[in-house]
Amino acid sequence: MDRVPILKLGDLLIVSIQVDLDDQSVLVLQEDLAAAVVSRGAKGVIIDISAVEIVDSFTGRMLATIAAMCRMLDAHAVVVGMRPAVAITLVELGLSLGGVRTALDLEKGVALLNHVGGTAR
Amino acid sequence: MTREAVIESSADVVAVRRLVRSAAIEVGLSLIDQTKIITAASELVRNALVYAGRGELRVDVVENGAKRGLRLVVNDEGPGIPDIEQALTDGWTTGTGLGLGLGGSRRLVDEFDLLSKPGQGTTVTVTKWAR
Ligand SMILES: Nc1ncnc2c1ncn2[C@@H]1O[C@H](COP(=O)(O)OP(=O)(O)O)[C@@H](O)[C@H]1O
Ligand SMILES: [Mg+2]
Repeated sequence: MDRVPILKLGDLLIVSIQVDLDDQSVLVLQEDLAAAVVSRGAKGVIIDISAVEIVDSFTGRMLATIAAMCRMLDAHAVVVGMRPAVAITLVELGLSLGGVRTALDLEKGVALLNHVGGTAR
Repeated sequence: MTREAVIESSADVVAVRRLVRSAAIEVGLSLIDQTKIITAASELVRNALVYAGRGELRVDVVENGAKRGLRLVVNDEGPGIPDIEQALTDGWTTGTGLGLGLGGSRRLVDEFDLLSKPGQGTTVTVTKWAR
């Protein structure tokens, strides 16, 4: 199993998925993130998937769940760096990730969170 | 060249994604088509694992005239699917998934064939042709 590190930057949490995660690791990441949002009082979560080559319905559901969970914990989530081939495949799979905010890269994700969160850092 | 894999754990699902990727590259699928067939493979072998506890995958390079493609056969000896049309409906699930695995996989490939009978397991065959 791979445990994905969660980095803290101000009141943001940053997760960068660098390996192809098995389903168990995906669930662990989801739980770790929920706990970290609360324990660190994070206002935003950035999930960087620029290194992720495929997102199937299991990983896609994790992204949607993390976004929903953040909303309930008074935080915002942004998924950054989705590859074009992944986006096309997700749409065809039937997962449009309507409730998930996205940005093209990490920098734009941070800018988006600063905007929607209205936080000063 | 035929490649085979046994799926008994979620780590095996990751290994299948790697195996299908290298076969898809070998057969000359575009990056987008590689991504589509790997995603379909991931859905189908997860189904075998989740609903049957175990499954097998066979990967073949196929030819039709000048065209080359990749054919995947995912087979299990699990409970089978009583109503195939229903199982292929987006959002239909008897488990905890999103119910997009079968319907989504069918959209991601060029040919899709599902054989299943209650008590006799399930075999899904999909093909993606290089363009
Ligand atoms: N290999 C299989 N063996 C038995 N039942 C299956 C198999 N694959 C799919 N099914 C049935 O079809 C339904 C839909 O599958 P799928 O579209 O992958 O969605 P999900 O896995 O999210 O439920 C499953 O909930 C299950 O009832
Ligand atoms: Mg499924």
